[in-house]
Order: sequence, then C-alpha cells, then structure tokens
Amino acid sequence: MSALSSLVRHARSSRAVTVCATMLLVIAMISLIGPLISNHSYFAADFDNRMLAPTMTGGHFFGTDELGRDLLARTLSGIRVTLLVAVIASLVSLGIGVLYGAVAGYIGGRVDGFMMRIVDGLYALPFIFFVILLMVAFGRSMLLILIAIGAINWLDMARIVRGQTISLKQRAFVDAARLIGVSTRGIIFRHITPNLLGVVVVYMTLAIPQAILMESFLSFLGLGIQAPQTSLGALVSDGVSQMEQASWLLVIPAVALAVILLCFNFLGDGLRDLVDPKGNT
Amino acid sequence: MTTSTHIKRFSARGLLPAWFFLALLLVACGDSGPPSVQESVLRRGNGAEPESLDMHNAISTEAGDVQRDLGEGLLGFSPTGELRAAAAERWVISDDGLEYTFSLRPEARWSNGEPVTAADFVYSFRRLVDPATAALYLISVTNIENADKIIAGELSPGALGVAAVSTHEFRIRLNSPVPYFLSLLTHPSTFPLHRASVERLGDEHLRAGNLVSNGAYKLQERQVGSHVELVRNEYYWDNENTKIDRVVHYVTPEPMAELNRFRAGELDMTRTIPPESFVQMKDERPDEVRTSPSLAVYYYGFNLTKPSFRDNPKLRQALSMAIDRETIADEVMGRGETAAYGWVPDGTANYQPRRFSYADMSRKERHHTARQLYREAGFGENNPLTIEVRFNTSNVHQRIAASVQAMWKEVLGIGTVLINEEFHVLLANVEQKDITQVFRLNWSGEYNDAHTFLSMFESDNPSNLTAYQSVEYDSLMDRAAAQTDPDRRKVFLAEAEGLLLNDHPAIPIYFYVNKSMVSKRVQGWGDNVLNYHYSQHLSLAAEE
Amino acid sequence: MLRYAFARILGAIPTLLLVIAIAFLMVHAAPGGPFDSERVLPPDIKENIERAYHLDETLPQQFYRYIKGVVRGDLGPSYRYRDFSVSELIAGAIPVTMRIGALAILLALIVGISAGLIAALRRNTVLDRLVTGIAMIGISVPVFVFAPLMVLVFAVTLKWLPASYTGSDGADRLLLPVIALAMPQIAFIARLTRASLIDVMNSDYVRTAKAQGLKTLSIVRYHAFRPAMLPLISYLGPAFAAVLTGSVVVEHVFGVPGVGRFLITASANRDYTLVLGITVFYAAMVVFLNLVVDLLYAFVDPRVRTR
Repeated sequence: MSALSSLVRHARSSRAVTVCATMLLVIAMISLIGPLISNHSYFAADFDNRMLAPTMTGGHFFGTDELGRDLLARTLSGIRVTLLVAVIASLVSLGIGVLYGAVAGYIGGRVDGFMMRIVDGLYALPFIFFVILLMVAFGRSMLLILIAIGAINWLDMARIVRGQTISLKQRAFVDAARLIGVSTRGIIFRHITPNLLGVVVVYMTLAIPQAILMESFLSFLGLGIQAPQTSLGALVSDGVSQMEQASWLLVIPAVALAVILLCFNFLGDGLRDLVDPKGNT
Repeated sequence: MTTSTHIKRFSARGLLPAWFFLALLLVACGDSGPPSVQESVLRRGNGAEPESLDMHNAISTEAGDVQRDLGEGLLGFSPTGELRAAAAERWVISDDGLEYTFSLRPEARWSNGEPVTAADFVYSFRRLVDPATAALYLISVTNIENADKIIAGELSPGALGVAAVSTHEFRIRLNSPVPYFLSLLTHPSTFPLHRASVERLGDEHLRAGNLVSNGAYKLQERQVGSHVELVRNEYYWDNENTKIDRVVHYVTPEPMAELNRFRAGELDMTRTIPPESFVQMKDERPDEVRTSPSLAVYYYGFNLTKPSFRDNPKLRQALSMAIDRETIADEVMGRGETAAYGWVPDGTANYQPRRFSYADMSRKERHHTARQLYREAGFGENNPLTIEVRFNTSNVHQRIAASVQAMWKEVLGIGTVLINEEFHVLLANVEQKDITQVFRLNWSGEYNDAHTFLSMFESDNPSNLTAYQSVEYDSLMDRAAAQTDPDRRKVFLAEAEGLLLNDHPAIPIYFYVNKSMVSKRVQGWGDNVLNYHYSQHLSLAAEE
Repeated sequence: MLRYAFARILGAIPTLLLVIAIAFLMVHAAPGGPFDSERVLPPDIKENIERAYHLDETLPQQFYRYIKGVVRGDLGPSYRYRDFSVSELIAGAIPVTMRIGALAILLALIVGISAGLIAALRRNTVLDRLVTGIAMIGISVPVFVFAPLMVLVFAVTLKWLPASYTGSDGADRLLLPVIALAMPQIAFIARLTRASLIDVMNSDYVRTAKAQGLKTLSIVRYHAFRPAMLPLISYLGPAFAAVLTGSVVVEHVFGVPGVGRFLITASANRDYTLVLGITVFYAAMVVFLNLVVDLLYAFVDPRVRTR
C-alpha cells in the first residue's frame, strides 16, 4: 500500500488537487444529504408550479421544470446518478483492465503478445455503435449502461497496467518473492497489483470524466438512464431544447456537469503529475 | 534522407502556412454562384427522410407529401380538404355502390409528354397488389374485387377488378360497397405509374432524370438525408395555375433544428413545432403559427388478455375518469390539442362524434365516481393496485405519463410504474400481449371517415392491440359496412362508438393538432384535418 | 513498409468478421422488426414482405447470404430506404462525414498545436493560464450543449451563418459543424502539445543547446518541435475515433446528411442491413486510420522505422 499512501501524501501538497478533491467531496455530500433536507421529490409532478424561474423565496431555489418538478431536487438526484454511473463504470473498467494488464505484463512473452493483440483488435471495434445497438436492443437498464461504459474504457487501463507491470517485474522485491517460492498468481495479486494502485487511481480519476461524458452522450441520444430517474446528462439535454424559454433548465445542470468534469480533470492531471511527472505512462 | 530535410519538412514553421491553407480551404469551398433566373422556390421542412418515392413502397406522411407533389391520383383535395377531381374529371358510381367508372382528363400528360391513360392506372393497381411488389400499404385497394386473393398468392394480379374500358375510361369493381372509397383514391399508392420506365429501369426508375411523373412537379435532385428537389412539370395539365417553379423538401428529422432553420430564414414552412417552443412562437410570430385539428388520437390501451383489466370494466372506467384530459391537452401539451372524450375527432366527415357519459361532469363529481367505481372493482386502501404503463421514449410521452401517474395517485391512490421503451420494443411487447398492462399508442386516421378509427377495435383487425372482443361491436361494424345510405350507416357507427365508450378497452386522452410554422410569404395555405398541403396550391408573395 | 501495411490490412479481416458477426446477432436479437408500426400488417402482406427481403429464412441462412454479399462488395438493400442499396446510402454519406471530420481534425491540429506552443513558451503567464483554462472548459462542456448554443447565437440571432448544413451551398455551412466537432479535440491537443513541449524543453539536449546560446525560438524550431510532436501522433488514432463518434451528435444537431446520423435512425428503424453496413464501414475506417497513424509515426520517428 506504500504507493497509494505516498500518493496521498504528495497530493496534499498540491493546491489544485486539494481544492478539486474537496469540491468533489462536498458536491457528493450535498447530493446525498440534500434529498433528506429538501421537501421536494425529484419525480413528483406539480401542475400548479410549472416552469417557475429560480427564486430565493417560494421554496424552488433552482426553479421548476415543465411538470413543476423542483430543479434543485432533480439536479441533486442527477448528480447522484451521474457520479454513481461514472464511478461504478470506471470500477468495472478498472477491474477488467488491471487484471488483464497485470497478467499480460507479468507473464510476458507469447502470452503477452497474444493478449495485447486482442486489445489492439478490440480497439478497432466501433464500441460506441455497439453501445447504441445494445441500448436500443435490450432496453436501458442501469446495469447495461454500467457494463457498456466500463467495457469501453478497460482497454486503456489494460495497456497502462501492462506497462507498469513490466517495469515492476524487474524490481528486487518481485525477484525476492519469486526466489522464496511464491506462485505466479500470488505474485500478481499480492505484490504487483498493490503496487499498481497509485497509477491506477490516477487513471481512474481521468477515466471518470470520460464515463460521465459517455453517459451524457447516451442521454442526449435518448438512450441514457431510465426516466423518472435522471442524470446530469439527461437534464442538460432536456435543458438544451428549452434554453430560450427556461434558460435555468439548461444553465444549472450544465454548470453542475461542467464543474464536476473540471474537478475530475484537474484532479486527474494533478495526480498524474505527482505520480509520473513526465507523463510517460 | 538526412535529418535536416526532415526538419524542414516537419517544423513549427509549417504552422503559419497551415493557417493560410485552412482559410483558403474554407473560402475555396464557397463558390456558390448567384441564382440565375427569378424563379419562385418553396422550401419545405419535411420531417424525417421520406423512405421511398415509389408510390407502392412508401407509407410515411413525409413520403406522401413529396409523392402528392410528384404524382396525381384520380381524386385530390382542395387546400381546405374538400374532395375534388384530379386526374379523373368525373366519375359514375353504380347503384349498388360496387362499380366506379372514371373518365380521365384527355389532356393529362406525363412529365415526358406522353398522355396519361387508363392503362397506366390498371398497371399501377395490379403492381400494388402483386405479392412480388411487397407493398406495405394496401388499405386503399383491399376492397377491390379479388385483391385479397391476389395478395395471398391465390390469383394472379391480372385478376384484380380494374379495367381500362377505353383509353381514358378506367373502371374499378369492389367486393362490397365502401362509402369512403373515393377518398381512398387520393392516396399515393393509387397514383398511376409510367409502365415503360418502371419495367425498363426497375428501381432505377426512381432516380432523378429517370422518374416519369404525372403531377405538378417532377424530380430534379435527391440527396438522402438532405433534400428532395422538384421542378415544375411543364406537361402537367394544370401547369398554368401552378405558381411555384421549384419545391425543395428538406429532411428535418429534429423539430428543434427545423424550427431554428425556419427562424434563420432557411425554410418557408415546417412539418411541426416542438412543444417547448410553441408558446414562444405564438408570442413572437403569431401570424406564422398555423394549427388545425388533426385526425389522430392519443390513447392508453389496456392489455385485455390479463387479469386486473380483463373482465373489469369498472376499473378501466375508473382509470379513465381519473385522468384530467383538459390538464393534459391544455397545460402539458398546450398547442391546441383537444381533450378526447371519444374515439372519433371533431371534423371527421359525415359523422357526429359520441362522448363519454362523464364528459360533462365537474372534476369533483368525476373523481368521486371514479373512486366509487374503483372500490366496486375490488380495490381500495387495503387492496391497492400498482400499474405498469409502457410508452416509447420521448419527452412528450414522458411528460404525459408522469401527469397520468400523478392523477391516478391523487384520485385513486394507485401507484404507477413508468416504463419507457424504444418504439419497436414497445410495439413488440404490445403485440405479444404478455408483459404489457397499460400502453401508450396513437392512431391516426388514414382517410376522413369514422370507420378508420372504429375499425381498430374489430375482433379480427390485426391492429386491435388491446385484444378487445365484442360480438355486438363486430356486428354493428358489419352492419355499417353493408349500408350504402350514409345517414343510416352513421347511426350504426355511432352506436359502435357508444359501445366502445362504455366498455373502455382503451382510454382516449387527446386529439392531435396539426401545427406548422408557415412564412408570411406563403399564400394559398389552407388548414385541413389531413394536413395535406399540395405545393401546387401555394404561391409566394414577393420579398418585402 | 508496403509489406507491413499489407500484413496489417490482412490482419484486420478477422476483426472485421467479428464485428459483422456481433453486430448481426445484436440487430437480430433486438425486439421488433423493420416493418412494424402501430398499424399492424395483415398476415398475408407481412408474409409477402418477409419473403421479398429473405426475412423468412433462418438466421444462419441470412448471415451466410449477407457475408456472401459483403465479399462481393454488396451490403444488401436497405429495409427502410427502399429506393437505395446500403452501399449507395453509405457512399452518398461518406464524402460529407469525411469532409467535416478531416476539416475538424485539421482545425484541431492547427489551432491546438498553436495554442499549446504559445502556452508552453509563455509558461505560467496570463496567456498560458488563458489557454489552459479554455482548453479545460473545452473538454468539460459536452458537444450537444455547445453546438445548439452556436446555432442560437450565430444562425438564429445574428444570422451570420446557416443553421444547418443544407441551409446553404457555400463553405459557411461547414463552419459551425467543423468548429463543434473540433472543439474538444482542440482542447486535448493544446494540452498535449503544451505538456509535451515543456517536457522536451527540460531535456538535456535542449539545455545543452540553450547553454550554447541558441534562441528559444530556434531551439523550438530546429530541435524541440519534432520530438514534442510524437505523443501527438499517438493521439491521432483516438482523435479520429472521437471525431467519428462526435459526428453522430454534430450531424444530428446541424442536420448534416452524413454517416453518423444514419446509425441512430437505422437502429431505431431496425434497418438491419444499414446498421450492419455502417458498423462495418466505421470498423474499417478505424482499422485504416490506425494503420495510417502507425505509418506516420514510423515516418516521423526513425527509431520505429528500423525496428
């Protein structure tokens, strides 16, 4: 765990990283706690209060949409779903990618060559089209969206992890483990993988904004999260169609989306500079 | 290759020329010449890509609008929707209502100058029913003698009950009288075809330069995903009265993008107006917003093969009564949609629509009765009901479903699960009648007659997706069909509608409205229920 | 190099077959068929149509028929746009998509590299912060927000540019779609260029050159620029892929009659052959572009060539 803890220690010293991490935490907390405090639900229609502009008085701080649903409640719910989708999808890609990359990198030789050829081959697949087909064909369950987005991002992860593994393999502690008779599986799980954590965390931070954009892209095409649940992407693409009549329906979720994406991007950049100042990975 | 030449070829200095190159490229692409002659060009937003220009292959309204500019059937419509003579100048109907004899205009010409003859109609009708054509839309001809057997492959297309009595006399024999038959003959699937070019060129006959048409326009250019461009057919018999020289039907699948194009001055008329922008357009351009009632109804159907809804008309009625149609039509939609308390919209020819018995109750009264019926059906606080509503993915359906959910909750305390599905998935589920409970669909009239709405609930109609079975209903519809006297037929149809309103196999919610942006420049526009706007009836005022 | 390219193309064939097989299974697994509507077809009519399109055959038969066609370069008839074959539809749409895509990449490279260079050379100045900040926003605002906003401002309100691709015949119709498509790529490329150039400028040989008294600009011009471009060339592959994906949204918003827009409607319409055709086309594009990028890399970096 030394790689991770040193990352955390370094990270504290960077202002951008600290600010972004704090902001993301605060946003996540608000989105979790908000619904407990607010007395508006994100899905209940209220025909007497349709299309209200944001006001400080009257209870709807962010205004309401065309069905009188409170935009604050919907935005918070959207943030929750967006973060959930992005984090879980990234974990999916992480799981597959780390395992695949570590095995390929550690075993090396022909196995490595073969496994990486598969990755190269998969790079050529127009994944986004498969995702679209998948959504059209099998309905839009949350699970499917998670798998679909995760399945796209694991290739990058596998490549990065493989590179790291190859360099780790030559380090003394791995040799030592091998000498005292630890099995290949043991070395991969107990010695290689934990030492990959630093790099992996950084790239996951960078994969999350990709996943968020992917989810909003699907939402824009009408293939995203199932209503009445909503995501920031879905809110933004709804807002786009009403930007002249009710600008708040676009501006508020779009700002929330942009801030989250910015934070993740800055965080990922900052962390990468700490782990790998030359950006060689 | 030395390193220095490499550096010269690939260096930062290249960036400046690259900027120039980019600027040049953009300028170079923009070499559009000025319009040469003063001609009158109508730019129509036509919605989705017309799937085919083949009169026998198309089914969509988008294709229909292009085809009505290209071709001409025996009859047509005036701008305000009255049936009138077109390729036929007059016709005689036999007393038993089975034989129609049309006299074609002797002066009618194809776009290549050849005369339009009865043989062209015979050829087209036979090709339409030929199984090898694999046509999708045969409703106009299914009542013609032997049509069913030809479609089923039992007879050859030559056996169809159509004949060229003389060069300009065309005769149709029907199996049974069809009071609205004349209006079916306005549909593009019944337009004549130029036999020589169709047979010689096959599918190629649809290409610009090959397509021979008999309407006011001929095909100039077609770019899939972009536009269909038509120019005046100089040989058209009524060419003198055709004002617009060139019509471009632009492909505009996105209503919001279409509206933006209209506002940017790129279109003279649009296919629709997105719900989000309707009020804004009403404010900003009140003279250019055109709305008229439409022959289409939005409804929630019940799957009557499953318990809860089967054999439980009280529950179905309670659910219908709990829906505030005015709120949905006026507030949620708000483009002139009207609350539907029956199946046949106002404006349908030769018919007096019926309404639900509770149509005129006050809201309070209605809710009270709904609760009472709901309890009588065996549900209540102790035995609450949860319903799944399926609809296809779209903002509008989502809003309406959320509204219905709120209304059912408020009035009856019912929990509703909203399930949106991609359209074909929804259709597949509805047709299977396995997992669906309540589903959203709409039904649009294909001809201006109450029959088009009521036939949907006949037991053997494949489009009867609720699986409503009523011997009484079927017999009323049969009796209406056998009736040649329009007034007596009307009575049977109304009785059938009354039965539907009593049985609630589905809940009609609102009647659609035709809505378009039409530029102030466009003259001669008439509102009509079918939303047909022939380009030949329109003209453009001079630019201000 | 030719032999290498040839081997790569041969190697792509199994990939393409796999793409076809997966896509074929997926479109056919999707509920509903191409000729469904709320107006359910009577059985006889349905039979005639299915026979005409060979939908009455078993799936393996249909797959065999399709592959047989593909080998001959025939992607089958479109089920929806019945006047055209899939090959015709795609051939008509490719030039449009390619033109916009290529211009977007070009724009992204020129603007992105320029901005990146400026930022790197004026590191930690206001200019640098400005470029980095704009680039960050560029990758944080989705195209589908940016594109309609541009339409509203430049087409509807100011009326400077057409609101859609088909709204004009001139080059002005390209401007908004190209900018919308290039925007995220400009941001990526600017960031990449900046980071890479800073990295190179800190390397030993550049320090040596500086110590010898060379001006910064000539160091960049003669020594640092080319090595700094290497990571950019590796990024070109993903950039092409991203532009192809982005074209789906951009073509949607601007009404561009390109390949990307077909995909959504075709899968919604269950136009099996068109969906397959587009998928195969995109896969072939990605394979081809990756090959081009690799060859380019070999050309710029002699170390790769000798391997």
